[in-house]
Parts: sequence; structure tokens; C-alpha cells
Amino acid sequence: MKGMYAVYRKEMGHYFVSPVAYIIVGVFLILTAYFFTQLLAVYMQRAFEASFEEGQFGGGAAFDVPSLVMRSFFGVLSTLLLFLTPMLTMSVYAEERRRGTMELLMTSPVTDLEIVLGKFFASLTLLVIMLLPTAIGFAYMLHHSEPAAPWRILGSEYLGVLLLGGTLLALGSFFSSLTESQLIAAMLSFGAILLLWVLDFGTQTATSAWASTLEYLSVFRHYDDFTRGVIDTSNVIFYLSFIFLGVFLTIRSVDSMRWRRA
Amino acid sequence: MIEVKDLTKRFAEHTAVDHVSFVVNKGEILGFLGPNGAGKTTTMRILTGFLPATSGTAQVAGFDVFDDSLEVRKRIGYLPENPPIYLDMTVSVYLEFVARIKNVPAEKRKARVTDAMEKTNITDKRFELIKRLSRGYKQRVGLAQALVHDPEVIILDEPTVGLDPKQIIEVRHLIKSLAGSHTIILSTHILPEVSMTCDRVVIINRGRIAAVDTPANLTTQLKGGQNVRLEVAADQNAASAAIREISGVRRVTAEPAGGDGRIALMVEATPGQDVRSQIAAKVVGKGWPLYELRGVNLSLEDIFLQLTTEDSEHAAANPN
Repeated sequence: MKGMYAVYRKEMGHYFVSPVAYIIVGVFLILTAYFFTQLLAVYMQRAFEASFEEGQFGGGAAFDVPSLVMRSFFGVLSTLLLFLTPMLTMSVYAEERRRGTMELLMTSPVTDLEIVLGKFFASLTLLVIMLLPTAIGFAYMLHHSEPAAPWRILGSEYLGVLLLGGTLLALGSFFSSLTESQLIAAMLSFGAILLLWVLDFGTQTATSAWASTLEYLSVFRHYDDFTRGVIDTSNVIFYLSFIFLGVFLTIRSVDSMRWRRA
Repeated sequence: MIEVKDLTKRFAEHTAVDHVSFVVNKGEILGFLGPNGAGKTTTMRILTGFLPATSGTAQVAGFDVFDDSLEVRKRIGYLPENPPIYLDMTVSVYLEFVARIKNVPAEKRKARVTDAMEKTNITDKRFELIKRLSRGYKQRVGLAQALVHDPEVIILDEPTVGLDPKQIIEVRHLIKSLAGSHTIILSTHILPEVSMTCDRVVIINRGRIAAVDTPANLTTQLKGGQNVRLEVAADQNAASAAIREISGVRRVTAEPAGGDGRIALMVEATPGQDVRSQIAAKVVGKGWPLYELRGVNLSLEDIFLQLTTEDSEHAAANPN
């Protein structure tokens, strides 16, 4: 796995010597910070109104601001990932193919598996780096919440984002390996992710086996449980198998570069 | 060190490499010579494990390039047609990455990188981004990349492309100095390069081997005798006919040369024959004014052209 580490290091270096990573991470952080403060403000406002009503008329539901903020925030995050992950992965293979550096990797003593995993883990690391600063806001919010807020919900939410993001990155990498054009790679992955997102569209009321299969395959559906703080093994396995599929397809695609006319 | 047997590579619509067999001995420099599209790059890509062959076998250091691809790749340094460089890395970072991916142990990495940069004369650019370098420097970074892990076998696809004449000479010296401890295959379509650097030459055309020999042997064997250029004032047809009568003359081509009814004749002699004195005697005997008579040496270029164009049937009959 030395080869994998070499590829991983190279990819990380590539992300951070070019402005691409900084711009994507920067845009992501500005957007998430905006959503976070807005959501917090909105829910706190409502909580005040609720407690005011409670005082006036009695009764009324308890308002759990931290949970609501977290849940809405991670809902928004999944939408952001839909747009940002294709940009993270579009160049991963397409650029190497176009520049001919794929020939260097493929004639070096590293297996295709090491190349693919090295690149996948690098993109996953970048995703983690992107997500880390968002935890600052939550830490602050949870620290000051009264009564004590549920930390494990936050953990489950981050696990969900990581699994969802990993799935999208694995798929995006696969599409990048199919072409020499970054634009085509980005469009293909965006299209595929969007399709996987809206797969359960219109199946809510249907009951056929087909509809339930489509509903099951929709990658964002499995994410809901995580945002509610529920870690369901079947959801974890769903995402892991999707990641596995993406990695597997990418390895086949890299291997096929040898068989196609290069 | 390298053994290629009946190697064939077919793509959908054509055969790029057609039953190619050759052997490269340890420490030797083998030149791969052929026009564009002859199958040089494809053969090299098969040897480096980038492409699989359709049929036939190739072994590097005793390992099959297909079955033991990783073992082969450990032992090969490869410079493809376009140097496989990452434009947004600096030279030293790039070479360190290549050393890492080629399994150079951590404690040797720095020394190997320094050594490769010194050999290719790029040490002064070590902290520059590769995208800021000129074409010649990029090519040399590509070359350094092929040397950085001190491989047993070095495969260079047109290593001097994009270099200026001084750099070409430097690179040729470098390649020559690497022989002995390394086995080298290089492809080129620049003929003097082959005669200057290579111990043996494989001339390849349309996927087939047209000739394998030392550059010196190729030149003498195929020299097609001496050619003679002749300028006389005479009737074109009469002069051609008269010279064709001389024994040892294989072919005569004539064309008008300037005014005064002068014509220029190119006389091709059969190998090993010197027909100059007979031509002179003939011309003087006919009473034609003689303006010029000189021997023209067939260069490697002519041999190459002969082998790869006119004599393709001959080459097919005698593949070696």
C-alpha cells in the first residue's frame, strides 16, 4: 500500500497547490456559514415566539432549537454536496488522461487498486477538511444550549454526510475516469447524482415493487435517518456498498484504458 | 535483458505491431528507428506494461510483461512521447513523487532525486513550477523521471524531441554514459542520433522489422554502392542510355540542369562497384562537355528510406 500512499500524497499536494481546492472549500464555507447563522436565527426567533405563547396561553410544545438547526443544516448540506462533489472529482482522472500522466501511473509499480484508492481517500480527506470548520458553529451552539443538547445526533449527522459524500465522490471519480474532459466528467457526475436524488420522485404514493426499489436506491433518502440522529446499519451498508461499487467501476475503467486504444 | 518474441498488437482496424522479435542484451543501447506510425510507441508501451499485446511474448529481466507486470514495472524507467509531468508541481517535488511511486526507499530518495537532476542538468530549476519551464527543460524533467529510481531498463520514446542542438548533444552523451549499467531502448526518427548513440538498430516499418544490425553494418551493407552525380551538356536520352551501358550501373535518372543544354544525372551503382572512372571515360569518349562528376555517399537517411519505402517487399522477404 506504499503506492497508494504515494498517490494519496500527490493528490493532496495537487489539491492544495492549485487554487481549486481553496476556492471550493472557501465557497462551501461561506455558504454553510450563511445557512447556519440564518437557520439559528430563524429557529431562535420561533422558540422565543413559542415561549411567549406558552406564557400567554399555557401549554405549547417544547422547542428544541439545536436539533432543528442541525437537522435543517444537514439537509441543506446534502444539496450543497450535490453541486460541489462533481467539482472535486471532475479532474481526478480526466486531467491525468489528458496530460498523459496516467501513462506514468500505469507504468509504475502500483496496482490499479492502489491508484484508485489513493485518489478516493484524498478526495475524502478534502471533504473532511471542508466539513471540519462547520463543526465550530455546532460546538458553540451545543456548548451554550440549555438544557444540554444531544452531541450524538451531531455525530450521526456527520457520519451521514461523510457516507453520502463518499458515495458521491466515488461516483464522480468513476465518471472522471471515463473521459479526458473535465467538463464532461462534471456534467456526467452531476447528472447521475441528480438522477439518484430524484429517483424516488413520484414513488411516494406508489406501492409496486418497482417503486419501492427506486425509492430504496435514492441516495438521499437514506440520509434522512442520519439527520434525525438515527444510525441504521442498513443505511450504512447501503452507502458503503455504493462506495464499493463506485471504486470497483473506477478500477475496471482504469484497467480498460490499457485495452482501449490509448 | 529484454526478449521480444512474435509480438503482435492489433487494434480494431489495423495491425500496429506485426510479429516483431528482437533481443536486447544487458548494457546495450538499442535504437528503434521508423517513420511515424511504424509501431515504435506501441512496442514500447507493451514493454512497459501500459498496453497488453494481442499475441506473442515479451520478457524484461526474465519477467513476462503481462503476467509479472508489476515486477517488470519495478525495473523500467520510461519516458513516453509526451513527458508525463504534473505542471503545477515543482521539479523536485515531482521527482520525489516519482521516486516514491517507483518504490525508492525513503532514505535513498533525496540522493536519487539530486542525482537524476544533476544528470539531466536541471538542478538550477529544482524549485520552479514545471509549467514555467521551457519545452527543453520539460523534456529533461521527463528524462530525469525515467532515471530517478535507477532502473535496470530504460525505455525512451523520442528523448531528444524539443531540445536545442546543444541539449541534444548533452542528452546523447547522457544516454551513452548510462549504457553498461543500464539497458536502454530508445526510439527516434532522427537518424544521426541512432548512429551516434546506439549499439544496434532495429528498423521498423508498418509494424514489421525491416532490419536489425549495428549502425555501421547497416551503412556499409546497404550502401547500394556509391552513387555518382554527373553534370554534362548532352541530350538527355542519349546520355542516359550511354551511361546505362556501363557494367555496374543499376539505375540512371536524368533531369535538365540550368541553361546551355546541361543535364544532371544521378547514377546508382550496384553495391561494391566504383563506376566513376568508367563514367568519366564514357563521357570524354562521346565528346560531351563535363561540368561535374562526384560521388554521393548514401546516408543512413537514404538507407532508411529505401528500407521503409521502395524495398518493402524485399524487407518482408528477409525480416532480419
